[in-house]
Amino acid sequence: MSSLEAASISHSFSDKHVLKQIDLELKEGRIYSIIGPNGSGKSTLLHVLSRQLKPDHGQIYWKQADLYRLPPKKVAQELALLAQVNDVMDLTVEQLISYGRTPHKSMFQRLDEEDQIIIDEAIQLTKLEALRKRNVSQLSGGERQRAWIALCLAQQPKVLFLDEPTTYLDISHQLDVLEIVTQLQKTQNVTIVMVLHDLNHAAVYSDEVIVVKEGRIYGQGTPKEMMNPDMFKDVFNVHADIYEDKDNELLRIVMKPLKD
Amino acid sequence: MSKKEALRDRAGWKGLIVVIFAVLMVISTIFSIQFGSAKIPLKDIWTTFTGDIQSDFQNIIWNIRVPRTFVAILVGANLAVAGVLLQGIMKNPLADPYIIGVSSGAGLAGMIVLILYPHLPHILTPVAFIGATIVAFTVYALAWEKGIAPTRIILAGVAISAFLGSGISALMVFYSDRVQGTIDFMVGGLSARSWPQVEVILPYSIVGILLAIIGIRKMNLLMLGDRTAKSLGARVEWIRFSMTAVATLLAASAVSVVGLLGFVGLIVPHTARLIVGNDYRVLLPASIFLGAAILTASDTLGRIMFAPIEVPVGVIMGAIGAPFFLYLLRRKMV
Repeated sequence: MSSLEAASISHSFSDKHVLKQIDLELKEGRIYSIIGPNGSGKSTLLHVLSRQLKPDHGQIYWKQADLYRLPPKKVAQELALLAQVNDVMDLTVEQLISYGRTPHKSMFQRLDEEDQIIIDEAIQLTKLEALRKRNVSQLSGGERQRAWIALCLAQQPKVLFLDEPTTYLDISHQLDVLEIVTQLQKTQNVTIVMVLHDLNHAAVYSDEVIVVKEGRIYGQGTPKEMMNPDMFKDVFNVHADIYEDKDNELLRIVMKPLKD
Repeated sequence: MSKKEALRDRAGWKGLIVVIFAVLMVISTIFSIQFGSAKIPLKDIWTTFTGDIQSDFQNIIWNIRVPRTFVAILVGANLAVAGVLLQGIMKNPLADPYIIGVSSGAGLAGMIVLILYPHLPHILTPVAFIGATIVAFTVYALAWEKGIAPTRIILAGVAISAFLGSGISALMVFYSDRVQGTIDFMVGGLSARSWPQVEVILPYSIVGILLAIIGIRKMNLLMLGDRTAKSLGARVEWIRFSMTAVATLLAASAVSVVGLLGFVGLIVPHTARLIVGNDYRVLLPASIFLGAAILTASDTLGRIMFAPIEVPVGVIMGAIGAPFFLYLLRRKMV
Protein backbone atom coordinates (compact mmCIF):
# COMPACT_ATOMS: atom_id res chain seq x y z
CA MET A 1 0.00 0.00 0.00
CA SER A 2 1.37 3.37 -0.89
CA SER A 3 1.32 5.78 2.02
CA LEU A 4 3.06 8.86 0.70
CA GLU A 5 2.51 10.14 -2.82
CA ALA A 6 3.86 13.13 -4.68
CA ALA A 7 1.96 14.35 -7.72
CA SER A 8 3.77 16.63 -10.20
CA ILE A 9 5.73 18.61 -7.63
CA SER A 10 7.60 21.71 -8.75
CA HIS A 11 9.44 24.17 -6.61
CA SER A 12 11.81 27.04 -7.16
CA PHE A 13 13.94 29.31 -5.01
CA SER A 14 14.08 32.81 -6.46
CA ASP A 15 14.52 32.02 -10.18
CA LYS A 16 16.12 28.63 -9.83
CA HIS A 17 13.88 25.65 -10.51
CA VAL A 18 14.94 23.14 -7.90
CA LEU A 19 12.24 20.51 -8.38
CA LYS A 20 10.61 19.88 -11.75
CA GLN A 21 7.44 17.86 -12.17
CA ILE A 22 8.24 15.16 -9.65
CA ASP A 23 5.99 12.13 -9.23
CA LEU A 24 6.75 9.66 -6.51
CA GLU A 25 5.17 6.81 -4.59
CA LEU A 26 6.48 5.55 -1.28
CA LYS A 27 5.22 2.35 0.30
CA GLU A 28 4.76 1.65 3.96
CA GLY A 29 7.52 0.01 5.98
CA ARG A 30 10.36 0.35 3.47
CA ILE A 31 13.69 2.12 3.59
CA TYR A 32 14.19 4.70 0.86
CA SER A 33 17.41 6.55 0.13
CA ILE A 34 17.38 9.68 -1.95
CA ILE A 35 20.68 10.05 -3.77
CA GLY A 36 22.04 12.53 -6.27
CA PRO A 37 24.85 15.01 -6.72
CA ASN A 38 24.99 18.26 -4.74
CA GLY A 39 22.41 20.76 -5.90
CA SER A 40 20.25 18.10 -7.53
CA GLY A 41 17.35 18.99 -5.23
CA LYS A 42 17.40 15.92 -3.01
CA SER A 43 17.22 17.86 0.28
CA THR A 44 14.44 20.06 -1.09
CA LEU A 45 12.55 16.93 -2.11
CA LEU A 46 12.91 15.57 1.43
CA HIS A 47 11.62 18.83 2.91
CA VAL A 48 8.66 18.92 0.54
CA LEU A 49 7.74 15.33 1.42
CA SER A 50 8.06 15.93 5.17
CA ARG A 51 5.76 18.97 5.23
CA GLN A 52 8.60 21.37 5.89
CA LEU A 53 8.29 23.27 2.65
CA LYS A 54 5.09 23.76 0.69
CA PRO A 55 5.92 23.26 -2.99
CA ASP A 56 4.94 25.95 -5.51
CA HIS A 57 3.00 23.41 -7.58
CA GLY A 58 1.70 19.90 -7.12
CA GLN A 59 0.36 17.92 -4.19
CA ILE A 60 1.67 15.53 -1.60
CA TYR A 61 -0.78 12.93 -0.38
CA TRP A 62 -0.43 11.23 2.95
CA LYS A 63 -2.85 8.30 3.04
CA GLN A 64 -4.87 9.96 0.27
CA ALA A 65 -5.19 13.27 2.16
CA ASP A 66 -3.49 16.48 1.01
CA LEU A 67 -0.49 16.69 3.36
CA TYR A 68 -0.37 20.48 3.43
CA ARG A 69 -4.04 20.76 4.36
CA LEU A 70 -3.81 18.46 7.35
CA PRO A 71 -3.31 20.15 10.74
CA PRO A 72 0.44 20.34 11.50
CA LYS A 73 0.04 18.68 14.86
CA LYS A 74 -1.79 15.71 13.38
CA VAL A 75 0.93 15.33 10.75
CA ALA A 76 3.58 15.53 13.49
CA GLN A 77 2.02 12.48 15.15
CA GLU A 78 2.90 10.45 12.06
CA LEU A 79 5.83 12.12 10.29
CA ALA A 80 9.13 13.09 11.90
CA LEU A 81 12.23 14.75 10.48
CA LEU A 82 15.80 14.57 11.67
CA ALA A 83 17.18 17.89 10.45
CA GLN A 84 20.62 18.04 8.88
CA VAL A 85 21.95 20.66 11.28
CA ASN A 86 20.95 20.77 14.92
CA ASP A 87 22.02 23.40 17.39
CA VAL A 88 23.81 22.47 20.56
CA MET A 89 21.24 22.56 23.31
CA ASP A 90 21.51 23.44 26.94
CA LEU A 91 19.30 20.51 27.90
CA THR A 92 19.83 17.06 29.28
CA VAL A 93 19.52 14.17 26.86
CA GLU A 94 16.30 13.09 28.52
CA GLN A 95 14.80 16.57 28.41
CA LEU A 96 15.61 16.87 24.71
CA ILE A 97 14.03 13.51 23.94
CA SER A 98 10.91 14.36 25.94
CA TYR A 99 10.12 17.12 23.42
CA GLY A 100 9.32 14.29 21.02
CA ARG A 101 6.08 13.78 22.92
CA THR A 102 4.86 17.30 22.06
CA PRO A 103 2.57 16.37 19.14
CA HIS A 104 0.79 13.83 21.31
CA LYS A 105 -0.02 16.27 24.10
CA SER A 106 -2.49 19.10 24.31
CA MET A 107 -1.23 22.57 25.08
CA PHE A 108 -1.00 22.40 28.86
CA GLN A 109 -0.93 18.63 29.32
CA ARG A 110 1.98 17.21 31.28
CA LEU A 111 3.97 14.10 30.46
CA ASP A 112 2.61 10.97 32.14
CA GLU A 113 3.83 7.44 32.87
CA GLU A 114 3.09 6.29 29.33
CA ASP A 115 5.19 9.09 27.86
CA GLN A 116 8.02 8.16 30.20
CA ILE A 117 7.88 4.56 28.96
CA ILE A 118 8.08 5.75 25.35
CA ILE A 119 10.99 8.07 26.19
CA ASP A 120 12.78 5.20 27.95
CA GLU A 121 12.31 3.00 24.90
CA ALA A 122 13.78 5.66 22.66
CA ILE A 123 16.76 5.98 25.00
CA GLN A 124 17.25 2.22 24.98
CA LEU A 125 17.05 1.90 21.22
CA THR A 126 19.66 4.60 20.74
CA LYS A 127 21.85 3.19 23.57
CA LEU A 128 21.84 6.42 25.55
CA GLU A 129 21.03 4.91 28.97
CA ALA A 130 24.32 6.00 30.52
CA LEU A 131 24.04 9.51 29.11
CA ARG A 132 20.43 10.37 29.86
CA LYS A 133 21.28 12.94 32.56
CA ARG A 134 24.18 14.40 30.61
CA ASN A 135 23.88 17.82 29.02
CA VAL A 136 23.54 17.57 25.24
CA SER A 137 26.32 20.14 24.80
CA GLN A 138 28.77 17.74 26.48
CA LEU A 139 28.16 14.87 24.04
CA SER A 140 30.34 13.80 21.15
CA GLY A 141 29.04 14.23 17.59
CA GLY A 142 27.87 10.64 17.34
CA GLU A 143 26.16 10.66 20.72
CA ARG A 144 24.47 13.93 19.93
CA GLN A 145 23.12 12.57 16.66
CA ARG A 146 21.73 9.57 18.54
CA ALA A 147 20.04 11.92 21.01
CA TRP A 148 18.35 13.81 18.19
CA ILE A 149 17.27 10.54 16.59
CA ALA A 150 15.82 9.49 19.96
CA LEU A 151 13.82 12.73 19.95
CA CYS A 152 12.29 11.64 16.63
CA LEU A 153 11.65 8.15 18.01
CA ALA A 154 9.78 9.52 21.01
CA GLN A 155 7.49 11.10 18.44
CA GLN A 156 6.51 7.53 17.41
CA PRO A 157 6.31 8.38 13.74
CA LYS A 158 5.03 6.17 10.93
CA VAL A 159 7.54 7.80 8.60
CA LEU A 160 10.96 9.03 9.66
CA PHE A 161 12.77 11.44 7.34
CA LEU A 162 16.51 11.90 7.81
CA ASP A 163 18.48 14.63 6.08
CA GLU A 164 22.05 13.38 5.60
CA PRO A 165 22.08 11.75 9.04
CA THR A 166 25.65 10.44 8.73
CA THR A 167 27.44 13.55 7.50
CA TYR A 168 30.27 14.73 9.78
CA LEU A 169 30.21 11.53 11.84
CA ASP A 170 33.01 9.01 12.33
CA ILE A 171 32.45 5.83 10.36
CA SER A 172 31.50 3.76 13.42
CA HIS A 173 28.88 6.35 14.38
CA GLN A 174 27.64 6.45 10.78
CA LEU A 175 27.00 2.73 10.96
CA ASP A 176 25.35 3.10 14.39
CA VAL A 177 22.87 5.54 12.90
CA LEU A 178 22.11 3.31 9.93
CA GLU A 179 21.70 0.26 12.17
CA ILE A 180 19.23 2.13 14.40
CA VAL A 181 17.26 3.11 11.35
CA THR A 182 17.22 -0.47 10.02
CA GLN A 183 16.13 -1.80 13.36
CA LEU A 184 13.32 0.71 13.51
CA GLN A 185 12.01 -0.43 10.16
CA LYS A 186 12.30 -4.12 11.07
CA THR A 187 10.77 -3.99 14.54
CA GLN A 188 8.20 -1.20 14.20
CA ASN A 189 7.56 -1.12 10.47
CA VAL A 190 8.50 2.56 10.29
CA THR A 191 8.96 3.89 6.77
CA ILE A 192 12.38 5.48 6.40
CA VAL A 193 13.17 8.20 3.87
CA MET A 194 16.71 9.51 4.01
CA VAL A 195 19.05 11.62 1.98
CA LEU A 196 22.41 9.83 1.88
CA HIS A 197 25.73 11.02 0.60
CA ASP A 198 27.55 7.72 0.77
CA LEU A 199 26.44 5.61 -2.19
CA ASN A 200 27.76 2.37 -0.71
CA HIS A 201 25.64 2.98 2.39
CA ALA A 202 22.66 3.67 0.17
CA ALA A 203 23.26 0.42 -1.70
CA VAL A 204 23.51 -1.65 1.49
CA TYR A 205 20.86 -0.09 3.70
CA SER A 206 17.99 0.74 1.35
CA ASP A 207 15.11 -1.28 0.01
CA GLU A 208 14.79 1.29 -2.75
CA VAL A 209 16.87 4.18 -3.97
CA ILE A 210 15.43 7.33 -5.51
CA VAL A 211 17.94 8.91 -7.88
CA VAL A 212 17.55 12.65 -8.38
CA LYS A 213 19.25 14.56 -11.17
CA GLU A 214 18.81 18.27 -11.84
CA GLY A 215 15.47 18.45 -10.03
CA ARG A 216 13.96 15.42 -11.76
CA ILE A 217 13.62 11.79 -10.77
CA TYR A 218 16.17 9.88 -12.81
CA GLY A 219 14.85 6.58 -11.55
CA GLN A 220 13.51 4.67 -8.60
CA GLY A 221 14.06 1.02 -7.75
CA THR A 222 15.94 -1.53 -5.68
CA PRO A 223 19.67 -0.91 -5.34
CA LYS A 224 20.26 -3.79 -7.76
CA GLU A 225 18.01 -2.23 -10.36
CA MET A 226 19.35 1.28 -10.01
CA MET A 227 23.02 0.89 -9.17
CA ASN A 228 24.48 0.26 -12.61
CA PRO A 229 27.40 1.80 -14.50
CA ASP A 230 25.12 3.83 -16.77
CA MET A 231 23.39 5.53 -13.85
CA PHE A 232 26.70 6.41 -12.20
CA LYS A 233 27.94 7.86 -15.46
CA ASP A 234 24.76 9.82 -16.21
CA VAL A 235 24.06 11.14 -12.72
CA PHE A 236 27.34 11.28 -10.82
CA ASN A 237 29.72 11.59 -13.73
CA VAL A 238 31.94 8.73 -12.51
CA HIS A 239 32.91 5.29 -13.71
CA ALA A 240 31.65 2.58 -11.36
CA ASP A 241 32.42 -1.12 -11.02
CA ILE A 242 29.71 -2.96 -9.14
CA TYR A 243 30.36 -6.22 -7.34
CA GLU A 244 27.82 -8.43 -5.69
CA ASP A 245 28.53 -10.15 -2.43
CA LYS A 246 27.08 -13.64 -3.08
CA ASP A 247 26.53 -14.60 0.58
CA ASN A 248 24.26 -11.78 1.71
CA GLU A 249 23.46 -10.28 -1.68
CA LEU A 250 24.97 -6.89 -0.95
CA LEU A 251 26.36 -4.55 -3.55
CA ARG A 252 29.83 -3.11 -3.40
CA ILE A 253 30.57 -0.13 -5.58
CA VAL A 254 34.03 1.05 -6.58
CA MET A 255 34.10 4.43 -8.27
CA LYS A 256 36.78 5.99 -10.47
CA PRO A 257 36.97 9.21 -12.46
CA LEU A 258 35.58 8.94 -15.97
CA LYS A 259 38.19 8.53 -18.69
CA ASP A 260 37.72 10.94 -21.55
CA MET B 1 12.92 6.67 41.44
CA SER B 2 16.26 8.42 41.81
CA LYS B 3 15.89 9.61 38.21
CA LYS B 4 12.78 11.57 38.98
CA GLU B 5 14.24 12.96 42.15
CA ALA B 6 17.29 14.20 40.29
CA LEU B 7 15.04 15.93 37.78
CA ARG B 8 13.08 17.57 40.55
CA ASP B 9 16.30 18.57 42.28
CA ARG B 10 17.50 20.43 39.23
CA ALA B 11 14.15 22.11 38.71
CA GLY B 12 14.09 22.98 42.40
CA TRP B 13 17.46 24.67 42.25
CA LYS B 14 16.32 26.83 39.36
CA GLY B 15 13.03 27.52 41.08
CA LEU B 16 15.02 28.82 44.03
CA ILE B 17 16.79 31.33 41.77
CA VAL B 18 13.40 32.59 40.63
CA VAL B 19 12.36 33.02 44.25
CA ILE B 20 15.61 34.89 44.97
CA PHE B 21 14.91 37.26 42.08
CA ALA B 22 11.39 37.81 43.44
CA VAL B 23 12.83 38.61 46.86
CA LEU B 24 15.26 41.06 45.23
CA MET B 25 12.28 42.73 43.61
CA VAL B 26 10.52 43.09 46.94
CA ILE B 27 13.64 44.50 48.62
CA SER B 28 14.24 47.07 45.87
CA THR B 29 10.56 47.99 46.04
CA ILE B 30 10.88 48.76 49.75
CA PHE B 31 14.07 50.79 49.14
CA SER B 32 12.39 52.64 46.31
CA ILE B 33 9.51 53.68 48.58
CA GLN B 34 11.86 54.50 51.42
CA PHE B 35 14.54 56.59 49.70
CA GLY B 36 14.32 59.84 47.80
CA SER B 37 14.51 63.52 48.52
CA ALA B 38 13.01 62.68 51.89
CA LYS B 39 13.91 59.44 53.65
CA ILE B 40 10.85 57.75 55.05
CA PRO B 41 11.14 55.49 58.10
CA LEU B 42 9.97 51.91 57.51
CA LYS B 43 7.50 52.36 60.35
CA ASP B 44 5.64 55.08 58.46
CA ILE B 45 5.52 52.97 55.29
CA TRP B 46 4.04 50.17 57.35
CA THR B 47 1.40 52.31 59.00
CA THR B 48 0.48 53.91 55.68
CA PHE B 49 -0.16 50.52 54.14
CA THR B 50 -2.03 49.14 57.11
CA GLY B 51 -3.92 52.41 57.52
CA ASP B 52 -3.66 52.33 61.30
CA ILE B 53 -2.23 55.75 62.00
CA GLN B 54 -2.02 58.90 59.91
CA SER B 55 1.56 59.51 58.81
CA ASP B 56 3.15 62.77 57.67
CA PHE B 57 4.56 60.93 54.73
CA GLN B 58 1.27 59.48 53.57
CA ASN B 59 0.96 61.90 50.68
CA ILE B 60 4.50 61.28 49.42
CA ILE B 61 4.09 57.54 49.76
CA TRP B 62 0.74 57.22 48.02
CA ASN B 63 1.02 59.84 45.33
CA ILE B 64 4.72 59.83 44.50
CA ARG B 65 6.74 56.86 45.69
CA VAL B 66 4.28 53.99 45.30
CA PRO B 67 3.04 54.81 41.78
CA ARG B 68 6.60 55.59 40.60
CA THR B 69 7.83 52.27 41.97
CA PHE B 70 4.87 50.55 40.39
CA VAL B 71 5.76 52.07 37.00
CA ALA B 72 9.39 50.97 37.47
CA ILE B 73 8.32 47.39 38.22
CA LEU B 74 6.01 47.22 35.23
CA VAL B 75 8.44 48.86 32.81
CA GLY B 76 11.28 46.61 33.99
CA ALA B 77 9.16 43.49 33.64
CA ASN B 78 7.78 44.55 30.25
CA LEU B 79 11.16 45.31 28.70
CA ALA B 80 12.70 42.15 30.14
CA VAL B 81 9.92 39.95 28.78
CA ALA B 82 10.04 41.71 25.40
CA GLY B 83 13.79 41.07 25.28
CA VAL B 84 13.60 37.45 26.33
CA LEU B 85 10.94 36.76 23.71
CA LEU B 86 12.80 38.55 20.91
CA GLN B 87 16.09 36.79 21.66
CA GLY B 88 14.30 33.47 21.27
CA ILE B 89 12.36 34.52 18.18
CA MET B 90 15.34 36.01 16.38
CA LYS B 91 17.76 33.35 17.67
CA ASN B 92 20.11 36.18 18.42
CA PRO B 93 21.47 37.03 21.85
CA LEU B 94 21.73 40.69 20.86
CA ALA B 95 18.09 41.06 19.87
CA ASP B 96 16.20 43.46 22.11
CA PRO B 97 13.10 45.64 21.86
CA TYR B 98 15.06 48.21 19.86
CA ILE B 99 15.81 45.76 17.12
CA ILE B 100 12.20 45.56 15.97
CA GLY B 101 11.96 49.32 15.59
CA VAL B 102 9.99 50.00 18.76
CA SER B 103 12.46 52.58 19.99
CA SER B 104 12.76 54.58 16.79
CA GLY B 105 9.00 54.47 16.22
CA ALA B 106 8.15 55.60 19.71
CA GLY B 107 11.10 58.00 19.63
CA LEU B 108 10.09 59.89 16.52
CA ALA B 109 6.39 59.94 17.44
CA GLY B 110 7.22 61.07 20.97
CA MET B 111 9.57 63.78 19.76
CA ILE B 112 6.96 65.09 17.33
CA VAL B 113 4.53 65.50 20.21
CA LEU B 114 7.09 67.02 22.57
CA ILE B 115 8.48 69.48 20.04
CA LEU B 116 5.56 70.33 17.78
CA TYR B 117 2.68 69.95 20.24
CA PRO B 118 4.22 70.70 23.63
CA HIS B 119 0.84 71.98 24.83
CA LEU B 120 -0.65 68.47 24.48
CA PRO B 121 1.47 66.40 26.92
CA HIS B 122 -1.30 63.90 27.58
CA ILE B 123 -1.21 62.56 24.02
CA LEU B 124 2.50 61.67 24.33
CA THR B 125 1.94 58.15 25.57
CA PRO B 126 -0.71 57.03 23.10
CA VAL B 127 1.08 58.64 20.14
CA ALA B 128 4.41 57.05 21.10
CA PHE B 129 2.64 53.73 21.44
CA ILE B 130 1.05 54.05 18.00
CA GLY B 131 4.39 55.05 16.47
CA ALA B 132 6.14 52.05 18.02
CA THR B 133 3.49 49.65 16.82
CA ILE B 134 3.37 51.00 13.27
CA VAL B 135 7.14 50.78 12.90
CA ALA B 136 7.32 47.30 14.42
CA PHE B 137 4.82 46.00 11.90
CA THR B 138 6.50 47.85 9.03
CA VAL B 139 9.78 46.19 9.93
CA TYR B 140 8.02 42.85 10.04
CA ALA B 141 6.37 43.39 6.66
CA LEU B 142 9.65 44.49 5.06
CA ALA B 143 11.39 41.39 6.38
CA TRP B 144 8.74 39.08 4.98
CA GLU B 145 9.52 36.91 1.99
CA LYS B 146 7.93 33.45 1.93
CA GLY B 147 8.21 33.45 5.70
CA ILE B 148 10.30 35.38 8.12
CA ALA B 149 14.03 34.97 8.62
CA PRO B 150 15.47 36.41 11.84
CA THR B 151 18.39 38.08 10.07
CA ARG B 152 16.02 39.88 7.71
CA ILE B 153 14.10 41.33 10.67
CA ILE B 154 17.30 42.54 12.29
CA LEU B 155 18.54 44.18 9.09
CA ALA B 156 15.17 45.78 8.36
CA GLY B 157 15.01 46.98 11.97
CA VAL B 158 18.46 48.55 11.81
CA ALA B 159 17.69 50.27 8.50
CA ILE B 160 14.35 51.69 9.62
CA SER B 161 15.80 52.79 12.95
CA ALA B 162 18.58 54.68 11.19
CA PHE B 163 16.04 56.32 8.90
CA LEU B 164 13.76 57.44 11.73
CA GLY B 165 16.76 58.40 13.84
CA SER B 166 17.70 60.95 11.23
CA GLY B 167 14.13 62.24 11.49
CA ILE B 168 14.62 62.74 15.23
CA SER B 169 17.92 64.52 14.63
CA ALA B 170 16.30 66.79 12.03
CA LEU B 171 13.58 67.75 14.52
CA MET B 172 16.22 68.56 17.11
CA VAL B 173 18.13 70.75 14.66
CA PHE B 174 15.10 72.67 13.41
CA TYR B 175 13.68 73.23 16.88
CA SER B 176 16.86 73.43 18.90
CA ASP B 177 15.18 75.88 21.29
CA ARG B 178 12.68 73.23 22.37
CA VAL B 179 15.07 70.32 22.80
CA GLN B 180 15.41 70.91 26.54
CA GLY B 181 11.94 69.53 27.28
CA THR B 182 12.64 66.28 25.43
CA ILE B 183 15.72 65.14 27.32
CA ASP B 184 13.82 63.13 29.89
CA PHE B 185 12.08 61.26 27.09
CA MET B 186 15.26 60.72 25.08
CA VAL B 187 17.26 59.12 27.90
CA GLY B 188 14.37 57.40 29.62
CA GLY B 189 13.40 58.48 33.08
CA LEU B 190 10.81 57.85 35.74
CA SER B 191 10.73 61.33 37.17
CA ALA B 192 7.19 62.54 37.95
CA ARG B 193 5.61 59.29 36.77
CA SER B 194 2.49 58.60 38.80
CA TRP B 195 -0.88 56.88 38.75
CA PRO B 196 -1.88 58.01 35.22
CA GLN B 197 1.20 56.23 33.82
CA VAL B 198 0.38 53.16 35.89
CA GLU B 199 -3.04 53.13 34.30
CA VAL B 200 -1.51 53.34 30.83
CA ILE B 201 0.94 50.50 31.19
CA LEU B 202 -0.82 48.11 33.57
CA PRO B 203 -3.36 46.62 31.11
CA TYR B 204 -0.62 45.98 28.53
CA SER B 205 1.62 44.40 31.15
CA ILE B 206 -1.11 42.05 32.31
CA VAL B 207 -2.20 41.00 28.83
CA GLY B 208 1.34 40.84 27.42
CA ILE B 209 2.82 38.82 30.25
CA LEU B 210 -0.14 36.43 30.27
CA LEU B 211 0.28 35.86 26.53
CA ALA B 212 4.01 35.31 27.04
CA ILE B 213 3.24 32.70 29.68
CA ILE B 214 0.83 30.98 27.30
CA GLY B 215 3.63 30.96 24.72
CA ILE B 216 6.23 29.31 26.96
CA ARG B 217 5.98 25.85 25.38
CA LYS B 218 6.04 27.30 21.88
CA MET B 219 9.15 29.32 22.69
CA ASN B 220 10.82 26.18 23.98
CA LEU B 221 9.99 24.38 20.73
CA LEU B 222 11.46 27.23 18.69
CA MET B 223 14.69 26.81 20.64
CA LEU B 224 15.10 23.34 19.07
CA GLY B 225 15.47 24.90 15.62
CA ASP B 226 12.90 25.71 12.96
CA ARG B 227 12.96 22.34 11.22
CA THR B 228 12.64 20.31 14.40
CA ALA B 229 9.94 22.63 15.73
CA LYS B 230 7.99 22.16 12.49
CA SER B 231 8.55 18.43 12.61
CA LEU B 232 7.01 18.48 16.09
CA GLY B 233 3.91 20.19 14.72
CA ALA B 234 4.67 23.81 15.69
CA ARG B 235 3.43 26.59 13.40
CA VAL B 236 6.78 28.31 13.36
CA GLU B 237 5.76 31.39 11.34
CA TRP B 238 2.74 31.97 13.51
CA ILE B 239 4.77 31.66 16.72
CA ARG B 240 7.29 34.19 15.39
CA PHE B 241 4.56 36.62 14.37
CA SER B 242 2.40 36.35 17.48
CA MET B 243 5.31 36.50 19.92
CA THR B 244 6.78 39.49 18.08
CA ALA B 245 3.40 41.17 18.48
CA VAL B 246 3.43 40.41 22.21
CA ALA B 247 6.96 41.78 22.56
CA THR B 248 5.94 44.91 20.64
CA LEU B 249 2.95 45.44 22.89
CA LEU B 250 5.09 45.14 26.02
CA ALA B 251 8.01 47.25 24.79
CA ALA B 252 5.87 49.93 23.18
CA SER B 253 3.81 50.43 26.31
CA ALA B 254 7.00 50.68 28.38
CA VAL B 255 8.70 53.13 26.02
CA SER B 256 5.61 55.28 25.75
CA VAL B 257 5.64 55.73 29.53
CA VAL B 258 9.35 56.20 30.29
CA GLY B 259 10.86 57.20 26.96
CA LEU B 260 13.80 55.58 25.24
CA LEU B 261 15.12 53.43 28.04
CA GLY B 262 17.83 51.15 26.71
CA PHE B 263 19.67 48.03 27.83
CA VAL B 264 17.00 46.59 30.16
CA GLY B 265 15.67 44.29 27.46
CA LEU B 266 19.21 43.17 26.74
CA ILE B 267 20.94 42.83 30.10
CA VAL B 268 18.15 41.22 32.07
CA PRO B 269 17.34 38.28 29.78
CA HIS B 270 21.05 37.69 29.26
CA THR B 271 21.81 37.55 32.96
CA ALA B 272 18.80 35.38 33.64
CA ARG B 273 19.82 33.04 30.83
CA LEU B 274 23.37 32.74 32.19
CA ILE B 275 22.01 31.71 35.56
CA VAL B 276 18.94 29.59 34.88
CA GLY B 277 19.50 28.42 31.30
CA ASN B 278 17.27 28.42 28.24
CA ASP B 279 14.11 26.76 29.47
CA TYR B 280 11.39 29.40 29.20
CA ARG B 281 9.42 27.83 32.03
CA VAL B 282 12.10 29.17 34.36
CA LEU B 283 13.65 31.85 32.17
CA LEU B 284 10.44 33.84 31.77
CA PRO B 285 9.55 34.29 35.47
CA ALA B 286 13.24 34.84 36.26
CA SER B 287 13.39 37.66 33.68
CA ILE B 288 10.18 39.26 34.94
CA PHE B 289 11.40 39.49 38.55
CA LEU B 290 14.97 40.41 37.67
CA GLY B 291 13.81 43.12 35.25
CA ALA B 292 11.51 44.65 37.84
CA ALA B 293 14.21 44.44 40.52
CA ILE B 294 17.00 45.98 38.43
CA LEU B 295 14.94 48.87 37.13
CA THR B 296 13.49 49.70 40.54
CA ALA B 297 16.92 49.53 42.17
CA SER B 298 18.55 51.63 39.43
CA ASP B 299 15.85 54.28 39.72
CA THR B 300 16.31 54.43 43.49
CA LEU B 301 20.06 54.72 43.05
CA GLY B 302 19.56 57.56 40.55
CA ARG B 303 17.47 59.44 43.06
CA ILE B 304 19.89 59.23 45.99
CA MET B 305 23.29 59.19 44.30
CA PHE B 306 23.59 62.92 43.57
CA ALA B 307 20.57 64.19 45.52
CA PRO B 308 19.00 66.66 45.14
CA ILE B 309 19.86 66.24 41.44
CA GLU B 310 18.10 63.20 40.04
CA VAL B 311 19.95 61.02 37.55
CA PRO B 312 17.49 59.54 35.02
CA VAL B 313 17.26 55.77 35.22
CA GLY B 314 18.21 55.56 31.54
CA VAL B 315 21.62 57.02 32.36
CA ILE B 316 22.15 54.49 35.14
CA MET B 317 21.11 51.62 32.88
CA GLY B 318 23.53 52.81 30.21
CA ALA B 319 26.32 53.10 32.74
CA ILE B 320 25.71 49.54 33.94
CA GLY B 321 24.74 48.16 30.56
CA ALA B 322 27.70 49.09 28.40
CA PRO B 323 30.38 47.58 30.70
CA PHE B 324 28.16 44.55 31.15
CA PHE B 325 28.16 44.12 27.41
CA LEU B 326 31.93 44.26 27.25
CA TYR B 327 32.05 41.69 30.03
CA LEU B 328 29.87 39.37 27.95
CA LEU B 329 32.14 39.97 24.99
CA ARG B 330 35.25 39.04 26.97
CA ARG B 331 33.56 35.92 28.29
CA LYS B 332 32.59 35.10 24.70
CA MET B 333 28.94 34.85 25.61
CA VAL B 334 27.92 36.82 22.56
